[in-house]
Amino acid sequence: MFVQLYRIHLNRRSRTLVTVISCLALFAAVFLGAWLYGENGEITNLQLRKLPPSWEQPFGTDWLGRDMFARTLKGLRISLMIGLSAATASAIIALILGLAAATLGKAVDTAVTWLIDVAIATPHLILLILIAFACGGGAKGVIIAVAASHWPVLTRIIRAEVLQLRSSAFIHLSAKLGRGPLWIAWHHMLPHLLPQFVIGLLLMFPHAILHAAALTFLGFGMSPHTPAIGVLLAESMRYLSMGLWWLAVAPGLTLIISVQAFDILGNSLRVLLDPKTCRE
Amino acid sequence: MLECRGITFSYDKNHKKLFQDIDLKINPGEIVGMPGPSGQGKSTLAKVLSGYLQPQVGTVLVDGSPLPAGKNPVQLIFQNPEHAVNPHWNVRKILNEGGIINPELSKNFGIQNFWLDRFPHELSGGELQRICLVRALCSNLRYLICDEITSMLDALTQAGIWHSLLQEIEKRQLGVLVISHDNALIARLCSRVVHFFEDTGK
Repeated sequence: MFVQLYRIHLNRRSRTLVTVISCLALFAAVFLGAWLYGENGEITNLQLRKLPPSWEQPFGTDWLGRDMFARTLKGLRISLMIGLSAATASAIIALILGLAAATLGKAVDTAVTWLIDVAIATPHLILLILIAFACGGGAKGVIIAVAASHWPVLTRIIRAEVLQLRSSAFIHLSAKLGRGPLWIAWHHMLPHLLPQFVIGLLLMFPHAILHAAALTFLGFGMSPHTPAIGVLLAESMRYLSMGLWWLAVAPGLTLIISVQAFDILGNSLRVLLDPKTCRE
Repeated sequence: MLECRGITFSYDKNHKKLFQDIDLKINPGEIVGMPGPSGQGKSTLAKVLSGYLQPQVGTVLVDGSPLPAGKNPVQLIFQNPEHAVNPHWNVRKILNEGGIINPELSKNFGIQNFWLDRFPHELSGGELQRICLVRALCSNLRYLICDEITSMLDALTQAGIWHSLLQEIEKRQLGVLVISHDNALIARLCSRVVHFFEDTGK
């Protein structure tokens, strides 16, 4: 019944807007929840050890009696913040390198393209581990490692987009109609580059979050007392054989859901920003 | 007078020359036709005349002075109007790019008010071509280079566009170069025909 109403009353644009808002609400809920729980996730209660999921503890408790729901929320908040800052830094690197390659001449272009090839050819996880290790681990190490290894794809997209724009007829025509280079950059190039940049940034979040979790899981990231998702998953490994399945399943599922939400958010935004689909 | 003197052009140094030593004069109010088969450089010559490409040898002069770098009194209308408009802009913004739109002019070209809020991909080729023409005509131009501007349109739309365009050319005494492989169209429109691209052979 609800699904039917939804189909009838909303066109594609409104449905996409609803999707975008739900994704944003999910992230807001994670931050709000983590804030409301405060120190709760850190409190050990040895009377409530190893409890399976129930109404009081939706994600169960661990071997020290800590509420896993609170820990997962805090872990997600940490993962989201690390993902956000790493992906933003990466996207800014991509924007600068992409623009430089497309506008500053052949030598710069060759250098940037070479850098992209090198970065893509290096095995991803090894590069991440090396950088994180060299930066001394911790949240700072993870952010630097993820930021320094995720720019190549978006750089390529931005470079290609600018090169294509610079050779397109409507840009040359604009100059012949008396428009200056700055006007053209602002009115013609920006509306093409902005969606690419924003969507590239959004679709980089899931990668950044997963790689941050992976680094932490492998022990090159956050220290064990921060409840990052990677730390939670690494700890749960030791208790899986004892039958404490919820320690791995609950944080793992929430990680997958939030990563998927970013993916949906990025794709929905693409639909809204493209003039070919924004009115459907 | 739009004048080109001894222009020679090739896309790169080792490549064969597309055309050599071309002289052409177009007077205000005159419609000159340039027929010829595809792939011989008609469109390239159009781009040289309107300043999109620089010739290796020779000069293009408008009323005695070289083509300016910015706002150009010689406007080129492309064969594919969908490449000549920004797909992210609505029609209102596209029309106003060259200057303030004259409402009477856009009415003569059959531009409907409800098009103004649409995006280019929501209009047909003929509608877009009219928008490109009105945009060019509102930019203080004195010469118009029409590069196969109605080749992809049906006969009725073609006739409609040329009818409105001829009135405007007559009224403002514009100099026009009509490039087309359609000899009947050129015979109908032009007072003079130049043959640069017919018997060059391959």
